[in-house]
Amino acid sequence: MVAELGNFALILALCLAVVQSVLPLLGTYFDNARLMRTGRFLATGQFVFLSLSLAVLIWAFVVSDFSVRYVASHSSLSQPAIYKVTAVWGGHEGSLLLWVWLLAVWGVAVAIFSRSLPREMLARVLAVLGMVSVGFLAFTVFTSNPFERIVPGAMDGRGMNPLLQDPGMILHPPLLYMGYVGTAVVFAFAIAALLGGRLDAAWARWSRPWTTVAWVFLTLGIAVGSWWAYYELGWGGWWFWDPVENASFLPWLTATALIHSLAVTEKRGGFKVWTLMLAILTFALTVLGAFIVRSGVITSVHAFATDPERGVFILGMLALTLLGSLTVYAWRAPKVGLGGSFAWYSRESLMMANNVLLTVACAAVFIGTLYPLALDAFGLGKISVGPPYFDTVFAPLMLPLLFLIGLGPAVMWKQANPSDTFRQLRWALLVSVIAGGVWPLTMGAWQPMTALSLMLASWIILTALLDIHKRLGSGRQPLSIRLRKVMRPSFMGMHLAHMGLALIVVAIAMVNTYEVERDVRMEPGQTTSAAGFDFTLQRMETVRGPNWDADQAVVDVSRDGRPVATLLPQRRYYDTQPGNPMNQASLNRSATRDVYVSLGERLVGDAWSFRLYYKPYMFWMWSGAILLALGGLLAASDRRYRLASNRAVDTRRSAGTQGSGPAREVAT
Amino acid sequence: MNLRLLIPLVAVSALLGLLFLGLGMNSRDLPSPLVGQPAPAFQLEALEDPGRMLTEQDFIGEVALVNVWATWCSTCRSEKPLLMELARGGIPIHAFNYRDERDAALRYLNVSDNPYQTIAYDPRGDAGIDWGVYATPETYVLDAEGIIRYKRIGPLSRQLLLDEVLPLVEKLRAEQNRMEQNSTEQARVEGASREQRRVAQS
Amino acid sequence: MKRRLIVPLMGISLLLVAWLLPAGLAMALAIGEPIAFETEAQQRQYQTLVRELRCTVCQSETIHESNAELAADMRRRVYDMTLAGHDADAIVDFMVQRYGDYVRYRPPLQANTALLWASPFLLLLVGTLAWWRMIVGRKRMVQRPEFTEQERETLQRLRSGE
Repeated sequence: MVAELGNFALILALCLAVVQSVLPLLGTYFDNARLMRTGRFLATGQFVFLSLSLAVLIWAFVVSDFSVRYVASHSSLSQPAIYKVTAVWGGHEGSLLLWVWLLAVWGVAVAIFSRSLPREMLARVLAVLGMVSVGFLAFTVFTSNPFERIVPGAMDGRGMNPLLQDPGMILHPPLLYMGYVGTAVVFAFAIAALLGGRLDAAWARWSRPWTTVAWVFLTLGIAVGSWWAYYELGWGGWWFWDPVENASFLPWLTATALIHSLAVTEKRGGFKVWTLMLAILTFALTVLGAFIVRSGVITSVHAFATDPERGVFILGMLALTLLGSLTVYAWRAPKVGLGGSFAWYSRESLMMANNVLLTVACAAVFIGTLYPLALDAFGLGKISVGPPYFDTVFAPLMLPLLFLIGLGPAVMWKQANPSDTFRQLRWALLVSVIAGGVWPLTMGAWQPMTALSLMLASWIILTALLDIHKRLGSGRQPLSIRLRKVMRPSFMGMHLAHMGLALIVVAIAMVNTYEVERDVRMEPGQTTSAAGFDFTLQRMETVRGPNWDADQAVVDVSRDGRPVATLLPQRRYYDTQPGNPMNQASLNRSATRDVYVSLGERLVGDAWSFRLYYKPYMFWMWSGAILLALGGLLAASDRRYRLASNRAVDTRRSAGTQGSGPAREVAT
Repeated sequence: MNLRLLIPLVAVSALLGLLFLGLGMNSRDLPSPLVGQPAPAFQLEALEDPGRMLTEQDFIGEVALVNVWATWCSTCRSEKPLLMELARGGIPIHAFNYRDERDAALRYLNVSDNPYQTIAYDPRGDAGIDWGVYATPETYVLDAEGIIRYKRIGPLSRQLLLDEVLPLVEKLRAEQNRMEQNSTEQARVEGASREQRRVAQS
Repeated sequence: MKRRLIVPLMGISLLLVAWLLPAGLAMALAIGEPIAFETEAQQRQYQTLVRELRCTVCQSETIHESNAELAADMRRRVYDMTLAGHDADAIVDFMVQRYGDYVRYRPPLQANTALLWASPFLLLLVGTLAWWRMIVGRKRMVQRPEFTEQERETLQRLRSGE
């Protein structure tokens, strides 16, 4: 009975979404304030009903209601409680419910935090969000309803895939979906701007925090996914260029370009067309990602159970998004206007290069992902495009970008002088080159690509520090005032994020070049060495977990005689599938290296096979990702987005002129 | 229409079209590059008789099917009745017993019927790799010369037999007959001309 | 509508799973007896190849990662051929002859993949040209404001002090 309640709430939310798509827009057309205000109320209503629906599904899992098909397929009586809740988003239908709930969360957030928005803009934004909700809610209700019953109910469920019964599963989908769904908000702002015929600095200032927060969640979602794969899959990989991973990376790349493009639109009024296009593209890539994951068009380990009928639905949504946006753009774009002028060497031109490079990288990954499908569709053969291709193609595109990151903050807006920049940054350049030359040698053989990557990472960090030092200024003012100037959230956020990226680059370069992997055979009491560490198998034991049994190895790791860690890799036999053992690796993490052991199978006699890993600087990848996200959050929290006086000024100014462009508006 | 809009429109339509086509395709089906190639060589023990060695020549000679099966493969059981029908209908079926245990396989064949003429025992999957096997069951159609003319990945179904396999077998048999007729014709002509020459010389 | 489709759909997917399951879906790591090589070069060749060949029964894994039996067979064949002295290209060709281009994660450079390998360069070229046009185009806009006839006359009058 309760499950039907959840279904009912879902359908109600769909109805509300339909109304939300229509009424506020009508309000803007007829200039009716009451109609426009309904957007807020409807968004809140959607949130309430979808929360109810999600709560019902969670409850169904908690009480193990196996008469609901989805619960029976993803839970079992012996499944630990936390993973019963996690299983809510462990499959296609439930994860969709999570998705639409998060969409409602963002919707209600927009409704609450937009007091400063002119009411027409808010009405349009909520209406477009309503349309997006209609799409995904209809998809859920009509093709992927999590509340379907099976009659009679099952005695015990099938249980969730053991690979997913892991803390990573608790974090990864919610964070990632928050990011995905956030791109819908940015998209809504862009379409609202087009519909309203105004795209100016004020609009950019409103959109920026939303875009940045969505980007932060995407970053965290991807990073957690990578981290989870690293420690869970047992062989130390953290990125496989799998189509589903690419599906999350593509919108991340364009979202990164977007947050920078928005900065230019806000500060200088330029890049309007780019910003619009990127906003639309990012959301379209999100829908494309949903298509890739849920339609079965491309083979992937991550794909949900697939069904062409669902694929057609999502394809329809993608078509509506793209063609609809193009239509709105064609209709309204000439009113958007051009921005301020700038010289060929200026921060704007560097930002434009940034936009172009990120878009090109995105296009390259896009082509690589869809190329096998295209060839197959035209009957030209079946090929695979995997890491060897993407690694070869992506790195060279990223390297110039890394250089630009260091350059950007030192170059002035509108017009700058190359020799000025050189004078400011020459020491950073010198030290970076030296770092690039020397640092690899501390690890082993010198490789040109590694040296280049390390040089660029040092370059980013050093130029950031230089910029902070420059803003700190000379000693005339007291330190507290100077510090306050530096500690502006948007300024520090930018540099923190860039430095986070530099750390990630270091980690990637080091791990790819200097990691060590060895397959060994060990009996209890035996010691093997790899990469300067000694691994001793103390003993084998059997362990019982909540829903699994395991063979566990006790491995002592030491270096130069001094003990480093005791690792406990396991080979788990889950109750639901004893014939298919699962590997649970064990790792010891420090600032400069990870030591990682996986247990293989039992060999002749008392021996077992092991795989030993030495992964240098791996920790920098995760800390870099956290810094990246933190920097974004900091930047989004800048007071100028929240200042009341700013808002009042904006609303008054926006009521008058068209924006901060040059006096003469040129139609594009 | 403005060029700046036309290019994105064309690109978007192309993408949507491609994805729509993709929905209708099965991305897991791998066409075999071995079709049109001679049957790869192998040297394996016969399943029933470990002392007897089989090679690919034992599979070649007439139009035949080669089936790859194992006792742990449940779908292989489902296609067994169809194979029995084919065998009784006069189509020779050879087999690889793939990554299996000899005893289990023999027991399986004793309990139900044995549609196979010759069975090669491939416990390590060596011949499997040579023949491009990657899932069981798989079925190849060989012509009389030993060229692989067709490969089916997955179980046979009645529909598939009627639509593809049986027509192909008929066609290949007709080819074989024609070639044999030609060669007997040729042999007869040569024999006759040799006779003539002999007669002429004497 | 949905209910009537469920049973056959589930049937098909179950069949698919049962058919491929023994070959592909276990999750333990494929670590067996450590293998020995005669030379460093051989070991490097093996390690590179197993990371570049695709497991055909799995859903996007290399034969190094996968613990499907077929992957183990392929790894063993790569090992045997490496020890026998074949070079990387020969081994890849061997696999391609039997499984097609699908088995290569590094797409070959041939007619149907020419566009794939060329596209990053082409994209970069197009991007650079686009950047150049936008920057230089903008520069032109900055430097030459056009005056209309009327504006020129007014300017002339003002200059001559009227």
